[in-house]
Amino acid sequence: MSNFALETKDLGRVYKIRGNKKESQERKELIALENVNLTVERGELFGLLGPNGAGKTTLIKILTTLLAPTSGWARVATHDVNLNPNLVRPRINMVSGGESSGYGLLTVRENLWMFSQFYGMPSKEANQRITELLTMVGLEDRINTKSSDLSTGLRQKMNIVRGFLTDPDVLFLDEPTLGLDVGASRDVRKLIRSWMDADKNRTLLLTTHYMVEAEELCDRVAIINKGKVLACDTPANLKRNLQRDAIFEIETSPLNGLTDKILAEQAEVKKAALTEIEGGAKLELILTDESGLATVINILTEKNIKVRRFTKREPTLEDVFMELVGQRMEDVEQGGAE
Amino acid sequence: MKANASLAFSASEKVTGWRLFLKTIVARAYPRVIGMQREKSWMFFDVFLPMLAVSAYVFVYRAIGAPEEYVGFVVIGGAMTAFWLNILWSMSSQLYWEKEQGNLALYIMAPNSMMAVLLGMALGGLVATALRAFAIIIIGSWIFQVQYSITSFTQLIAVFLLAMTALYGMGMMSASLFLLLSREAWHLANLAQEPVYLASGFYFPIKFFNFWIAAASSLIPLTLGLDAIRQLIFPSGALLGFLSVKFEIIALIVLCVFFLAGAKFLLDHMEKLAIREGRITENRR
Repeated sequence: MSNFALETKDLGRVYKIRGNKKESQERKELIALENVNLTVERGELFGLLGPNGAGKTTLIKILTTLLAPTSGWARVATHDVNLNPNLVRPRINMVSGGESSGYGLLTVRENLWMFSQFYGMPSKEANQRITELLTMVGLEDRINTKSSDLSTGLRQKMNIVRGFLTDPDVLFLDEPTLGLDVGASRDVRKLIRSWMDADKNRTLLLTTHYMVEAEELCDRVAIINKGKVLACDTPANLKRNLQRDAIFEIETSPLNGLTDKILAEQAEVKKAALTEIEGGAKLELILTDESGLATVINILTEKNIKVRRFTKREPTLEDVFMELVGQRMEDVEQGGAE
Repeated sequence: MKANASLAFSASEKVTGWRLFLKTIVARAYPRVIGMQREKSWMFFDVFLPMLAVSAYVFVYRAIGAPEEYVGFVVIGGAMTAFWLNILWSMSSQLYWEKEQGNLALYIMAPNSMMAVLLGMALGGLVATALRAFAIIIIGSWIFQVQYSITSFTQLIAVFLLAMTALYGMGMMSASLFLLLSREAWHLANLAQEPVYLASGFYFPIKFFNFWIAAASSLIPLTLGLDAIRQLIFPSGALLGFLSVKFEIIALIVLCVFFLAGAKFLLDHMEKLAIREGRITENRR
């Protein structure tokens, strides 16, 4: 048997959705996951990167025994999540971004203590860890504050502490920094990194749609869209494939009818994304090589569009996503994928 | 974030089996008990307001010259309504609220037993509500000068514990049922509140019902529990009782087994359905 912390084989999940009563009684099918094959080594910080509705949460739900797959299988800590959930559950924990778990009448310590008891932790040890972890996230002065009196950010920090408290073999963090301010997000990322560095047997699966977060934290990243894994590698390797391309960001005056389709029709343009910004537009271009820039500038000139700022930059995971999906993650989300 | 903190925890000796089961019960009962201490409004809503209903019935009985025991019947009935309200609003609807809050998924995902979670809710609710019920009995008895005459203290304790076990078993069963059948737990609770006030004979002896109506009402554990308690603590209680106390004790034992087994069955079914369909643990955020 393999020794992977996480392993999935041809994993799929189809939701059956009830249609309108006036329509036929047949249920529509929504494919949330399709043939997902992933392996995560013990000690790895693995990222799932994708827009809202890509299937990240569905995958986490299956891995945390909350949802049965409709095809394939998944193992966590070598145990099948569907056949042996009782062997998986003591070894895992999960925190979701923006969750409102716990009870408002209880203090931060009491809430965390309560959840620790569901995992069988001795109270003394639980209380000791609660103090340590709250100190690490800068919440020690709120230990006796009722959780209903905490701000959203502080409450999310409390939830994140809940995940680390039971010291699971595999921790699932589903969009842990969702809705947090910059400082709080930084604290959470530091805690994640410190927890992983402190014990090489710990495994963490992080879902995010923040590229920077995935790039900063993850040993490997799987890019997922519409239920399919499009690529899986280290952030460096994913970006390396794009390094032969030339990536430019150009700020211009208003677009005067220019569309990304017009740009994409040019042979030298691999991908193009246009965004309107205040008083003008921003063009993000992946070109086959730098010479392609001349073609783009010619088109801008023909349309009487002025170039205000021009940057050539190194590829990011956002570029990798755009290369794979053909759209920026933000645009996919606005298109309402799920 | 503090830079010098350590996250290399020493290996934890986590308990499993029956000790985890007990820990879960205590931990889940804790918010109920501690919540009552922190939210003092229960004194008004759960003691003062029921006392108004009790007073209304007492004045009616006194105005029509009913036997004085009826005043005691009403005070005891008023105290027992606290348990029914707790079952409706805190037990039956609880899994629904837990889902809405995001706790249900965490309970299912943890290695603990969901049955222990429900038992914890029940125990916490029972302890917290017993204090309210006791307050209603003390205040009602003092204001209306109720006289008690306990014929068998042992039977009284047995009846109370059996009635509570069956009642909270029913609450545990309906917790899964509310979650499975409808998302509108609020309306279901509203729907069940008043009919049970009538059917359980909170303010009058159910002996005055038609036998078959009284028998059907006896499926609600409070009905037989209340009837037996009244028989055991009032001198003329036995004359106004529906069935003999011994028979009611046996019936309560049967109800305990039925409701607890039903709760376990429905809970397992709910968990399987939640995992298969993936909808039940979703909140509506």
